[in-house]
Amino acid sequence: MIKLKVNHKDYTVDASPDMPLLWVLRDILGLTGTKFGCGVAQCGACTVHLNGEAVRSCVTLVSRAEGQEIVTIEGLSPDLSHPLQRAWIAEDVPQCGYCQSGQIMSAAVLLRENPDPTDADIDDAMTGNICRCGTYPRIRKAIHLAAKLQHEAGVK
Amino acid sequence: MKKTSIIYLLFMILSVSFMTLSFKTGTNNKEEGIAKDSVGSKKAFLQAYRVLMHPRCMNCHPSGDVPLQGDDSHLHTQGVKRGHDGKGLYALKCSNCHQPQNTPGMHMPPGNPNWHLPPADMKMVFQGKSPRQLAAQLLNPKENGGKSREQLIAHVTSDKLVLGGWNPGDGRTLPPLTHTEFAKQFKLWIDKGAYLPDK
Repeated sequence: MIKLKVNHKDYTVDASPDMPLLWVLRDILGLTGTKFGCGVAQCGACTVHLNGEAVRSCVTLVSRAEGQEIVTIEGLSPDLSHPLQRAWIAEDVPQCGYCQSGQIMSAAVLLRENPDPTDADIDDAMTGNICRCGTYPRIRKAIHLAAKLQHEAGVK
Repeated sequence: MKKTSIIYLLFMILSVSFMTLSFKTGTNNKEEGIAKDSVGSKKAFLQAYRVLMHPRCMNCHPSGDVPLQGDDSHLHTQGVKRGHDGKGLYALKCSNCHQPQNTPGMHMPPGNPNWHLPPADMKMVFQGKSPRQLAAQLLNPKENGGKSREQLIAHVTSDKLVLGGWNPGDGRTLPPLTHTEFAKQFKLWIDKGAYLPDK
């Protein structure tokens, strides 16, 4: 049995230590907001936070996450109030939506570490998250808006 | 004539003295018990250089701020960058994909608990360096991470990220020497005087 802390809740799961974290999140805990994209850490669809860092859960073994803080898209805010979620809705970013939870989880790390990102900063943070619909211009726009919303909310 | 002879005699005495001194310091390294030998030292470095410039080593010592991948040393996909500490930027930090261990399978991320590039303030570039340039850089504490010669030997002998080059994960070629032979040649280079290759 493996003890996990996901979205501020404690879980004990019956999983092999070498099972990818993504499998545990989706198939055991039912947190299906995180997507399976490529399975080889190439696309970013499976991005979740492990102790605040945007890890690729398809190649992260659940044993690495044991006892650590995991946050998925479902736990980013309790009520869709995170500046990124508000900006994503305002800018109508998603098309098919499949990659978007990974995009938002990556962008959250960018805004935490750099509250005023330039276009170049956004490129540095987000080029690892692929969108087959090509929503990149709207993603960029939404991140700039989220930075503004974050400032208005007084988050430094 | 007499004055010339005295000068000549003094010159001979000085020459013999210098030759003796040179012979002593040039052939005996009492601390290491290994004779200094410029030819042998350079030869050993050129062997170690083959490993240092192999993609398993050089790919993480790029001339730019993007790590390299593959045996053709292409720029790392995903546009990842060095970052100030050598551990990546924002959502693209090395350990977000590179696990503490190799992930099995072709084209999967190789792993190490300490996966990183040299930091931005000391890039320790290998790519594009000639043997002479790289040897000089390795010996300079201002360019080698503040390492003494003993620490350099310890680094190439037992550092786990260095050793990772010989456990590169599925589908990746190994450096041209075994790690034992590489560490031996590197130590020989230092022990025989750490001479710089000619070019």
